[in-house]
Amino acid sequence: MTRVALTLLVLVALAAPAALADSGPPRQGVVIDPGQHGAGLVGEGASLYAANCASCHGPHGVGVLKARRGAGDVPGQGPPLLGVGALSADFYLRTGYMPLENPSQQPSRSRVLFPEEEIRAMVAYVASLGEGPGIPRPQPQKGSVAAGNTLFLQNCAGCHQIVGAGGYVTGARVPPLEEATDRQIAEAVRIGPYLMPHFSEQRLTNTQLNSLIAYVDYAKHPDDAGGWSIGHLGPWPEGLVAWLIATSALVATCIVIGKRLKA
Amino acid sequence: MIRGVVRYVDERTGGAPFVRKALRYVFPDHWSFLLGEVALYLFMLLVATGTYLTFFFDDSVTPTTYYGTYAPLDGAQMSHAYQSVLHISFAVKAGLLIRQTHHWAADVFVATIVLHLMRVFFTGAFRKPRDLTYLLGVAMLGLALLEGFLGYSLVDDLLSGMGLAIGYSVALSIPLVGAPLATLLWGGPFPGSASFLPRLYIAHVLIIPILIGAILTLHLALVASRHHTQFKRTPRETERRVVGVPTFPGQVPRSLGLLCATWGVLFLLGGLVQVNPVWLWGPFHVGDATNGAQPDWYLGWLIGALRLVPSFDVVIGGYTVVPNPFWGGALFPLVVFSIVGLWPWLERKVTGDDAFHNLLDRPRDNPSRTGAGMALFVWVFLVFLAGSADRVYVWLGLSYSHQIWGYRVLVIVAPVLAFFITRRVCRELLAGERAALVRTTAEDASHV
Ligand code: HEC
Ligand code: HEC
Repeated sequence: MTRVALTLLVLVALAAPAALADSGPPRQGVVIDPGQHGAGLVGEGASLYAANCASCHGPHGVGVLKARRGAGDVPGQGPPLLGVGALSADFYLRTGYMPLENPSQQPSRSRVLFPEEEIRAMVAYVASLGEGPGIPRPQPQKGSVAAGNTLFLQNCAGCHQIVGAGGYVTGARVPPLEEATDRQIAEAVRIGPYLMPHFSEQRLTNTQLNSLIAYVDYAKHPDDAGGWSIGHLGPWPEGLVAWLIATSALVATCIVIGKRLKA
Repeated sequence: MIRGVVRYVDERTGGAPFVRKALRYVFPDHWSFLLGEVALYLFMLLVATGTYLTFFFDDSVTPTTYYGTYAPLDGAQMSHAYQSVLHISFAVKAGLLIRQTHHWAADVFVATIVLHLMRVFFTGAFRKPRDLTYLLGVAMLGLALLEGFLGYSLVDDLLSGMGLAIGYSVALSIPLVGAPLATLLWGGPFPGSASFLPRLYIAHVLIIPILIGAILTLHLALVASRHHTQFKRTPRETERRVVGVPTFPGQVPRSLGLLCATWGVLFLLGGLVQVNPVWLWGPFHVGDATNGAQPDWYLGWLIGALRLVPSFDVVIGGYTVVPNPFWGGALFPLVVFSIVGLWPWLERKVTGDDAFHNLLDRPRDNPSRTGAGMALFVWVFLVFLAGSADRVYVWLGLSYSHQIWGYRVLVIVAPVLAFFITRRVCRELLAGERAALVRTTAEDASHV
């Protein structure tokens, strides 16, 4: 009996983090307060910022270094945004990484709640907070897939898996790259979000970046010689197919052939 | 005409009495007895497809620059070995079909051996006089795992290289013999000398297949000479009388059908479902790595074990005596294979049952054995699952370290639970049967 209780406990313990993750606080609504911050794109961005971001990033993007209780009991904490530039704001907003639900959680791709002009307004506002890099305009069609393949292997595959299927590294979930747009790839490389290292132009020139993006784009739909690709993850799904499709088919054959004889 | 041919052969071989006997050999009848046969057909398929691949594979690690048909690797540095596999995949006639069929066949080969082993275990077919037959079977399973690993390693792609790096660290971790053994096999520190790949190759295409073939022959000879086991389903089946169908005309058409079905399924898979797309992994150079590299499924339990063992090294006087990979990568499989391989002798020792057994148990007939078998299975299976904790995390968001800790508890608790639950279920089933028997006898009596 005690053993059963123990197993149940373990199962509950395993399931709890997942359940908690789902029941986080709801996202803050968008409150627009026109007029308070002046007119124009930056002004609109400022009010959006005040409503959605300031609880964690502080007034005027100065950052909140120590966690404090904010509105709706959401703890607020976040890095300063002075000088991160349009590049970073564009990336974090268009991937749905921001606004975060909980500052201790890893940002991840989620549904973007802001319409296009609000994003542009917030990007303009964050860019106005200090000198920072602008939104990059990569040209992957000028790059070479083969060169990008090598670059990706040397710089990214250890975390993102060789065809960008993602994975686990100590302390983080590394996202698959299938949804990342060309611009987002260029931005991520220059930012280095979360545990990802950032790559300066000395380490990875813009020409190399074009090739890298060309490869990531290729890897989304690679050459699938040989048939159904089962996810480009190698042995993991292959084992499933070997057992669930092939071995079950053979066992079924044995049962059918074995049965015939009884008659 | 046929008669003429038969006489011609008989006059020169004197084989007629033997053939007559073989044709009258009796095959008892149950579908699960066919699993071993499927494994045999897969072995034949592996030899056949493998032979075709040897025509085109090049076992040299000399570097070369690729300018072949696969553009994303244009200009990449790689070994001749890897280049030849790209060539097989993209340029050789039916090369990719045969390569994929070969790889799938290896995956399914091991799966059917495992099923066959489980059938033999849970029905007690391994008991005297078939304990030796059984041990040979377990030996073939071990060789099949090794053979599969070598095949996976030959390609010299990114996954091969990473797999070999783990293999090397496990070999090194074996106390006392590890370092000399690794040096002997690899001919130098990882990735080894230029003769390492040719060594792998000769082991993969010659030494191990011949070993498997020889053991297989012995295994089958022993099966035939001791005759098949059977379930007791009617009073006609006894310890001394085998009931079933003769080789001909009963078993032969069935076996031929099974052979065709097996090969058919595997060629379909090889033609329709991608396996090990090595062109996507790219060539291996020391230091390269990809996230989520895994061995083929049948070695997944070793990756799981390497992850579950907490990280510690046995250090005495500043000297690492037992490096960590030893526990999960070497000791764990050794323990599992010892228990499985020596089971007939362990069971005999515990039960004191030294009799001949030609009749099979149903799993419920021996609740303790079935319980122990389930416990062992659950143990290995959980370790196996732990090997994919990273993928589960990426897909379901279940924290990786929580999973690992959960598994660490489960691998200790669950087998014990499995033993008692299974034993209980078997006993209940038996009790139910006895009750039903009493009832029908009573009803029969009241009808009289
Ligand atoms: C719940 C707290 C929280 C909220 C709300 C939030 N952020 Fe963040 N933000 C964070 C944290 C924590 C990080 C650091 C993430 C990391 O380590 O990857 C961050 C990082 C960023 C960055 C990257 C900074 C850099 O160094 O490049 C940008 C840009 C950003 N946030 C913009 C926004 C915007 C715009 C909003 C409002 C729409 C917003 N954030 C709302 C907590 C928050
Ligand atoms: C140390 C591991 C690591 C390395 C190396 C790394 N990344 Fe990342 N990458 C991450 C992590 C972790 C995230 C998720 C960041 C987050 O959640 O804020 C990420 C996010 C990204 C994203 C955003 C994906 C999305 O859709 O959410 C892109 C694009 C990306 N990385 C590209 C690259 C490229 C290109 C390289 C090589 C130049 C690279 N990364 C190297 C760990 C890594």
